[in-house]
Amino acid sequence: MSRISRAEVERIAHLARLRLDAAEVEDALLRLEAVLDYVAQLEAVDTRDVPATAFVIPLATPMREDVPGALLPPELAVANAPSPRGTAFTVPRVLDDEAEG
Amino acid sequence: MSEPRETVVELSAQLAAGAITSRALVERSFERLSALDPALHAFLFTRREAALAEAAEADARRARGERRSALDGIPVALKDNIVQAGEPATCASRILTGYVSPFDATVVARLRAAGAVIVGRTNLDEFAMGSSTESSCAGPTRNPWDLARSPGGSSGGSAVAVAAGIVPAAFGSDTGGSIRQPAALCGVVGMKPTYGRVSRYGLVAFASSLDQIGPFAHTAADCALLLEAVAGHDPQDSTSLPEPAPGLSAALSGDVSGLTLGALRETEDAAPGVRARVREAIAELERAGAKVREVSLPHTRFAIATYYLIATAEASSNLARYDGVRYGRRAADGSGGVTELYERTRAEGFGAEVKRRILLGTYVLSAGYYDAYYRKAQQVRTLLRRDFETAFERCDAIVLPATPETAFRIGEKSSDPLALYLEDVFTVSANLAGLPGVSIPCGLDAGLPVGFQILGRPREDASVLRIADAYQRRTDHHRARPPR
Repeated sequence: MSRISRAEVERIAHLARLRLDAAEVEDALLRLEAVLDYVAQLEAVDTRDVPATAFVIPLATPMREDVPGALLPPELAVANAPSPRGTAFTVPRVLDDEAEG
Repeated sequence: MSEPRETVVELSAQLAAGAITSRALVERSFERLSALDPALHAFLFTRREAALAEAAEADARRARGERRSALDGIPVALKDNIVQAGEPATCASRILTGYVSPFDATVVARLRAAGAVIVGRTNLDEFAMGSSTESSCAGPTRNPWDLARSPGGSSGGSAVAVAAGIVPAAFGSDTGGSIRQPAALCGVVGMKPTYGRVSRYGLVAFASSLDQIGPFAHTAADCALLLEAVAGHDPQDSTSLPEPAPGLSAALSGDVSGLTLGALRETEDAAPGVRARVREAIAELERAGAKVREVSLPHTRFAIATYYLIATAEASSNLARYDGVRYGRRAADGSGGVTELYERTRAEGFGAEVKRRILLGTYVLSAGYYDAYYRKAQQVRTLLRRDFETAFERCDAIVLPATPETAFRIGEKSSDPLALYLEDVFTVSANLAGLPGVSIPCGLDAGLPVGFQILGRPREDASVLRIADAYQRRTDHHRARPPR
């Protein structure tokens, strides 16, 4: 039984904002199939009423005084940007993409 | 060339006594690096001039009678996913080519405050996703015990830098075994501290609930010194433990009498030669006065599956930040909009294994699959923690192999999608449960190092190191050096 389809791989790749070529889609199908077969062993574990662990060390949300601290200067913050303008990051137009969701 | 066998503790004493200078140590590091690294490829970047200048400052401090710490003037290496201000940090990924960090990781700031001299940045699997250092965009690191073999990973460069005597100490990160497994395969000590013991601020995130920075060295006593220098609460990492770092070196009494060690029952995945060395190590600790009883962790057989669901889910979220906008590589402008820019940038910038893990993580978090995969894995994670809680009612520490086998050949595991994942069968549980774990050399099998692992209760980093140190006081396995 196939656990994942080619169309599903392509959908996931789009969600992950990864453009895959045909060979990568085939590789992903093969690998994901193998991993999903392997992790299916978890279905056998009885987890009724078992809480989920997201974090291992129980810590309360740390609080601090609401005072400004030292921040990265804007010039330094954009120093690694591939295409900065002044102290701003630049992106191509976004509005058409927004509509696409 | 002299064969550097000294530990951090020994070098620190020699520095204090004026028998050697920091500059000479750093020069020796670069001599060995020049001689050995063309074959080993442990380093991605070095900072020779800066390191020599910092060593000279350490020597000047010493001449004035000042000493910042036991690490003052000691050369160390950093895995290339721990950022240092003004230095590159690529995570061995094309997507971060050219990135220069504007800030110091907390670990780096603390090492520098302690006087340690950072000589360079070591190779890793891309974004620490791997167990062989083969997925580095810069090519693999080779094991000094046999150049045809992998050093393990993902912190393979740091393990090799120490094993080959280029530096006496290095730091790496461990998400599923990425410190302990290469330490075992290279014949050095590697420690993953309790989750939260060391700040993750400035560690490039892979799986945030599992990632932890830790040291590589030749001895547990060195690891105690290194960990003391970097551990402790950091307001910049809200998951760092609130209490101050415990005294670790002071806990190394050499005495294990009165301690009970739990020998793991489920070791059938380990090769016979590995099991034999680990049995001998346990017997040595028994002769040293520890009590040994068998313990079982029944859910560890689900640990790899649990780990790969949780780690990839967290990775898919963490790696969303590489979008070609704020830092790193950006694909050449196409005709499309911002989504196309993201997709092309990430397609060009990430390697195959990183893409696979992002896809798996995105899949298990996506609508319709979240409960079946991600939530299920988090529930099994709870059962695994409970296994450890039950086991630690009967023992003070658990002893087990660090890896199922000794170093494998480069390329040997690249075709089977699961073979490399199974390398981590003995290490991932400690990450899932947040426990401290250390891998200690315990002899050779067919000329290759074997590591045994000690796991402790959460926060009991000191007792793990104490047991490891007691073992090393009674044995010489950590003095074995690779043939080159």
